[in-house]
Amino acid sequence: MTVSTADSRSLYRTVRLIRRFEERAIELVRTGDIVGGIHPYIGQEAVAAGVCAALAPDDLITSTHRGHGHVLAKGADPARMLAELTGRVTGLNKGRGGSMHAADFGIGILGANAIVGAAGAIATGAAWARRHLGKPVVAANFFGDGAVNEGMLLEAFNLAALWRVPVVFVCENNGYATTMRVDDAVAGTITGRAAAFGIPASVVDGQDAEAVLAEASKAVARARAGGGPSFLECRTQRFDAHHTFEHKVRMRYRTDEELVAIRSRDPLDIQGARLAGADRHGIDEEVESLLDKAVAFALDSPFPDPLTAMDHLYASGMTARPGSDF
Amino acid sequence: MPLLSYQKALNRALNDAMAADDTVFVLGEDVRVAASNVTVGLAKRFGPDRVLDTPLSEQGFTSFATGAAIAGMRPVIEFQIPALLFLSFEQITNHAHKFSLMTGGQCSVPVTYVVPGSGSRTGWAGQHSDHPYSLFAHIGVKTVVPATPTDAYGLLRSAIDDADPVVVFAPAAALGVREDVDFASLEPVPLGSGRVHRHGTDVTVVAVGHLVHDAIAVADDLADTVSVEVFDPRTLYPFDWDGLTESVRRTGRLVVIDDANRTCGMAGEVIATMSERVRLAAPPVRVTRPDGAVLPFSLELDRATQPSRAQLAAAVSITVKER
Repeated sequence: MTVSTADSRSLYRTVRLIRRFEERAIELVRTGDIVGGIHPYIGQEAVAAGVCAALAPDDLITSTHRGHGHVLAKGADPARMLAELTGRVTGLNKGRGGSMHAADFGIGILGANAIVGAAGAIATGAAWARRHLGKPVVAANFFGDGAVNEGMLLEAFNLAALWRVPVVFVCENNGYATTMRVDDAVAGTITGRAAAFGIPASVVDGQDAEAVLAEASKAVARARAGGGPSFLECRTQRFDAHHTFEHKVRMRYRTDEELVAIRSRDPLDIQGARLAGADRHGIDEEVESLLDKAVAFALDSPFPDPLTAMDHLYASGMTARPGSDF
Repeated sequence: MPLLSYQKALNRALNDAMAADDTVFVLGEDVRVAASNVTVGLAKRFGPDRVLDTPLSEQGFTSFATGAAIAGMRPVIEFQIPALLFLSFEQITNHAHKFSLMTGGQCSVPVTYVVPGSGSRTGWAGQHSDHPYSLFAHIGVKTVVPATPTDAYGLLRSAIDDADPVVVFAPAAALGVREDVDFASLEPVPLGSGRVHRHGTDVTVVAVGHLVHDAIAVADDLADTVSVEVFDPRTLYPFDWDGLTESVRRTGRLVVIDDANRTCGMAGEVIATMSERVRLAAPPVRVTRPDGAVLPFSLELDRATQPSRAQLAAAVSITVKER
């Protein structure tokens, strides 16, 4: 597959946007504007950028606890995303979800889900429903290497394959489930799990956005044509911490030498090298300006009223009994 | 008037809901052949695309339903046995229930989970005989336990129409109950509305599910000496606290009979809430399964673990003696 110049630029911009968004978010964790911390996506940006570039606007995604990249790549407004991370009422989820639950149903983002492996069946059900309703779309289900040992995800593979549901299962293998090395956690192979259900599986260079786009495009086309689910194992690297708490409490599970090797193939450099210098610089400035405005929007936005803490608990509008009468 | 069985009422509710709304579909294990009898005829009438036989993957198909619901469908899951709710508890409580709030109201999850045959089925032992409704009420998932065929029909219709997840427990001991019903009069029963089956002045007995029928029988037996009011909450969450408060204010006495384990059970919640709201004339009493009960197999042991009419009669007598 040849990638057009426009696609190359667009992929670079997405990778750059996610990278700088995450770096800004980490600063906001340090300043205390984001409470609870985040799971930085730095190093894995090419996966979200490549997969979401293969999707149409109506297509669906489900995301993970390390989900900022997926949400941004699918088109969420960085300002409303940062407002969500800082707990503001202007956030995507009105400050009710935070970093691990960002959702934007209007553009097919069915939510980041913080329970590892849980979203596979949700994405499968959503894609099945849209086909049943005569409005077929493709759903991309992101998850990490840790999720391939969750039984419920394997159940989702089976249902999707049985019913030929248009889902693309995207495994981001970053080598570690928190601190556990993938080799210590996974018996057999990751793609072998998909193969067991008859789901076509391939291994992709997850540091190269264009390679991801190429493979994801094939999977999306197969799903759209009625060919059922596909599985991509995107080999990638987590440059930063599992969670920002590691910035304060160092956990020694990766050696300094290993970290150098992990960071040696940067998706930003790989995609950036495909652009003319001036072009790249222009995109960087545009992204920076966008994020300046996003941070200002977030920090200038109001916090939700504590009296509304249980708003939206029931979609039916039912209200819950208060915890105290006083 | 024709007789309507509880089981047939559930089937009729599914038929009517599916006919009324194309987005309603049923999924579960053995639902096409209707192993539980509740889904009889649905596959033939509505076709296989709306009656999905699932593999034995309770976690998978429970979240599949959540995904279908947020994408515009109204799934109804049948769980053949109550223990399957333990397998899918994470999917219901951590996802289906939480999505509305966590997304700031961007989605609704209108899934109904029906358990035809909850509680003891007589001889099905430890892993097929639980009544875990208080777990869902505690989490805040709408929880319904109809006692009569009319209410089984009406509450299942309302559960399917509701914008939120609802668990419908159909107690095994109630599935055979029959009622003279004008079928044309069947209609949805709103969630959260209780029902007084028998009016009385001395004591309010709150009975859950099939135990409503036992409570009515005990009230009849004691009628010469005690005037018992039988209150059927019908929905455990949301609970009709105002309806029950009105009853207990009149009688001043409260007994609860609840076929579930004692600690953190619905009986405890009913007594706590009434104690907050009403100055009772005598200490309230509850009749429940024992703490931590695991239903033993042997018939006498199975029966001995569940609340009995004799226990309820004794509880009522003790409560009214405290004058």
